[in-house]
Amino acid sequence: MKFGVITFPGSCDDRDAQLAAARVGEVVPLWHADHDLQGAEAVIVPGGFSYGDYLRAGAIARFAPIMTEVVEFARAGGPVMGICNGFQVLCEARLLPGALLTNTSLRFVCRQVTLALVNPNTTFTRAAKARLSIPVKHTTGRFYAPPAELDRLEAADQVVLRYAPGHNPNGAARDIAGIVNEAGNVFGLMPHPEHAVDPLTGSEDGLGIFASIAGGCR
Amino acid sequence: MHARVLVRPKAGILDPQGAVAQRALAALGFAGVSEVRIGRLIELEVADADALPEMCERLLANPLIEDYEILSDTP
Amino acid sequence: MVASSALHEAARALGLSDFETSRIVELLGREPNEVELAMLSLLWSEHCAYKHSKLLLRTLPTEGGRLLIGPGENAGAIDVGDGWAVAFKVESHNHPSAVEPFQGAATGVGGILRDIFAIGARPIASLDSLRFGEPTSERSRYLLDRCVAGIGHYGNSIGVPTIGGEVYFEAPYEQNCLVNAMSIGLARAERLIRSAAAGPGNLLVLLGASTGRDGIGGASVLASAELGESDEAKRPSVQVGDPFAEKKLMECSLELLERDLLVALQDLGAAGLTSSVPEMAAKGGVGIDIDLDAVPLREADMEPFEIMVSESQERMAAIVEPAKLDAVLAVCAHWETSASIIGAVTETRHIRVFRGAELLGDLPLDVLVDGCPLYELEPERPIEPIYPTPARVLDSTDPNEILLALLASPNIADRTPLFEQYDCIVQSRTIRRSGTADAAVLALPNGRAFAVAIDCNGRRAAADPYRGTVEAVLECAANLACVGARPLGVTNNLNFGNPEKPHIAWQLTESVRGLGDACRALAIPVTGGNVSLYNEGAEGPIYPTPVVSLVGELLAEPALAGRLAFASEGDAIALVGPFEPSLGASELAKLRGEPLPDRLPACDIASVLEAHATVIAAVSAGLRAHDIAEGGLAVALAECCLAAGLGATVELEAVAEAALFGEAPGGFIVSGPREQLPGRIIGTVGGARLRIGPIDLPLDRLREAHAALAALFD
Repeated sequence: MKFGVITFPGSCDDRDAQLAAARVGEVVPLWHADHDLQGAEAVIVPGGFSYGDYLRAGAIARFAPIMTEVVEFARAGGPVMGICNGFQVLCEARLLPGALLTNTSLRFVCRQVTLALVNPNTTFTRAAKARLSIPVKHTTGRFYAPPAELDRLEAADQVVLRYAPGHNPNGAARDIAGIVNEAGNVFGLMPHPEHAVDPLTGSEDGLGIFASIAGGCR
Repeated sequence: MHARVLVRPKAGILDPQGAVAQRALAALGFAGVSEVRIGRLIELEVADADALPEMCERLLANPLIEDYEILSDTP
Repeated sequence: MVASSALHEAARALGLSDFETSRIVELLGREPNEVELAMLSLLWSEHCAYKHSKLLLRTLPTEGGRLLIGPGENAGAIDVGDGWAVAFKVESHNHPSAVEPFQGAATGVGGILRDIFAIGARPIASLDSLRFGEPTSERSRYLLDRCVAGIGHYGNSIGVPTIGGEVYFEAPYEQNCLVNAMSIGLARAERLIRSAAAGPGNLLVLLGASTGRDGIGGASVLASAELGESDEAKRPSVQVGDPFAEKKLMECSLELLERDLLVALQDLGAAGLTSSVPEMAAKGGVGIDIDLDAVPLREADMEPFEIMVSESQERMAAIVEPAKLDAVLAVCAHWETSASIIGAVTETRHIRVFRGAELLGDLPLDVLVDGCPLYELEPERPIEPIYPTPARVLDSTDPNEILLALLASPNIADRTPLFEQYDCIVQSRTIRRSGTADAAVLALPNGRAFAVAIDCNGRRAAADPYRGTVEAVLECAANLACVGARPLGVTNNLNFGNPEKPHIAWQLTESVRGLGDACRALAIPVTGGNVSLYNEGAEGPIYPTPVVSLVGELLAEPALAGRLAFASEGDAIALVGPFEPSLGASELAKLRGEPLPDRLPACDIASVLEAHATVIAAVSAGLRAHDIAEGGLAVALAECCLAAGLGATVELEAVAEAALFGEAPGGFIVSGPREQLPGRIIGTVGGARLRIGPIDLPLDRLREAHAALAALFD
């Protein structure tokens, strides 16, 4: 599986996402200013502080030239995973519903949290464990959507990951940590699976997410 | 020309920054402050004021979570 | 030639002494004009010239071992094997942080990061050493909160993990907080670059942000004078940082270096162009001409001296061969980083400042950079105590209550609320995260790893500057030993009061003597560092605070890097090392409101180093280790229990307070299977309580006390 990992000005966890994806497939780095996905079969929009998080996190990156191709790719059913800042970009780009707001604590939080896998039937979670220990690190991770929209997401099995009881680090509505779109091919999550792929530096629970994507490769 | 846009969190969105400012005001002895919500002022020099609403819709505000107001002293 | 009284007056306003002004006129053979005077006042300031410390610093060991780059460059570097180099340095940003703590701390981080990539190393980690007044003071709580937020803001945004640090709260820092920022970088050893300009005809290129009025007279002037009542007036002098701009600048600089497109690189820090450009020229034995009209400005009507002294952040100066200019500009465009040709290298050995064709200033480098007088200190051991006795906050003599009070004391309580505000995992190298071990451990690309810690107990240094500094070095090495690492190099930040006062001069002299002796005993070179003086106000000086940081190679297998938590029920607990604890200058003595003793006990460095080796071997064999520091043995045992969620039962022959809570170097708790343990077995891991002689407390109560700092961040 060829994973395309985007780098925007200010992306920080792009290299980490490349390292994680390289464990299960091939990696092609994608530059924000290019209009070319270079044959990527899955696209990762990584974590970090694209454009400094200025104006709103992800608000400027969503208009990067490469995002034209990403949107097209997503509309055609290609798998797209947005991690942390990437989740913010996908919400701003309206590829995912909802928005990420400032943590209720108003502070950046870097912490290992436990997640419950709510929907194990997606392209991104087929090979993932039922309970995952994965780090979060963000200031703006509180998932929000109007209550009617949240009801709809839950009914449609679009909620993929929830923070386990007591592990919600940011006040996210209904403990939502990750969602997919209606078609199930665009996935956004605040926790960083790319930082949970090596027992030397943490847990390995994130590997299952990358393996799931790779397993969907034709 | 000089344009000014206010961007505010939508009613109903939890605004923890506003809540903190409210508590701080109370702690300083200012009575009777029952709500504080914090937004942003964006000031622009623009050639064409007609483009402002679209600028707000597309970039300057996120309509899901924010309301915007082009201030009336802007033509 | 004699300096006019008008010149003396102008010079005094800029912080030059009459002696220095006369010296300038004597060396130049004329009076300097306004632009020249501004430049001289900055380069001859304490912060830039180290005029009160340079002679002392020359006594430190700065060669040998695995040294690749020593003091004098933007950062130091050591060889960590297989052609890899680790660059590192610590620097202070004390005075700016006291004035505007968020931006002061943030730009402190930004500045030291630039020093790392200026020598061609990719920044891979940061640490911070902080000092504030007691948290009972609203101001100190505010400074703590804002400094931590500022460090997090900059480090997190730029994608460099903050993996360690320390914070102490003591009354002498109330008026003069300390923010020492350290950064570490990785490079191939043969790719490290120096800052010496070379090649007359080569171009001086300014990279990065535009130049505004930030920090005009900022860091350097503030650092050369004590802070008084009128801090507000100094506020416009504080720099504002933009980590997004620096991220782009960093990637741009690293790519330029990787492609061999630069002759030299230097970051612009304190005093901006005024210090960076002359230093590049002086190191290279060349001259440089600068054209101020070519400097991109953020504000239209800046005066020449303002452009020269501006401390606008996120800027670097590079020397580029004309043939490579187009390639350089292409890389800069790719990274959205501005690049402007603002001057050229000459053979003149002068710095000449032009505005277009108009010559505004012309100074020989041997006056500007090398002409500043270096002062001998006049140390005198103080006869009377310098520091007020701390407030008494603990009356009890019950060991249980004492332990809980120590765990809750701000210098010991759990630091999780702080370090959770820092991204400690970006770049995927972090093997031991904050709070899990005594030192941070990071992976190297060759499958090995290195460790780093930063330490200083200022109160103990105040009691005995010589022995207190030796202890700081040994403490830092002990922390490395507890993860299984051996020190290879040291950087240090000497934070002291006004060195023109004899008792402060004595502290500084004794401290540097201790630093040198300890480093020689460890056979490691000092690779560079920073000196911050004049940290005092009307209330008196800070404690002498020689912050040291050691970087070492992990001798244990990376997967076995040490942890401080007890591992399993049933493990045995051993006390290792020539540990001779006493209560003088301890945290308990502070809580009891006792005055400082007038010296610390001597320690046998050789035995302490033997203990380090024993601990490294133990960790390499898979055992757990934790160094005994503030609060003594009882606190260290509690920390091991809390990290594990396991209790322990410990029996000691002596259960006097000194044995339980006394402090000294050379004490370690090592735990694991009984038959593998070195040292003297003192107990067993298990249950849900901590029992040590008369102490008997459930883990819940220990945890509750230990969580005392969380309230400061609510």
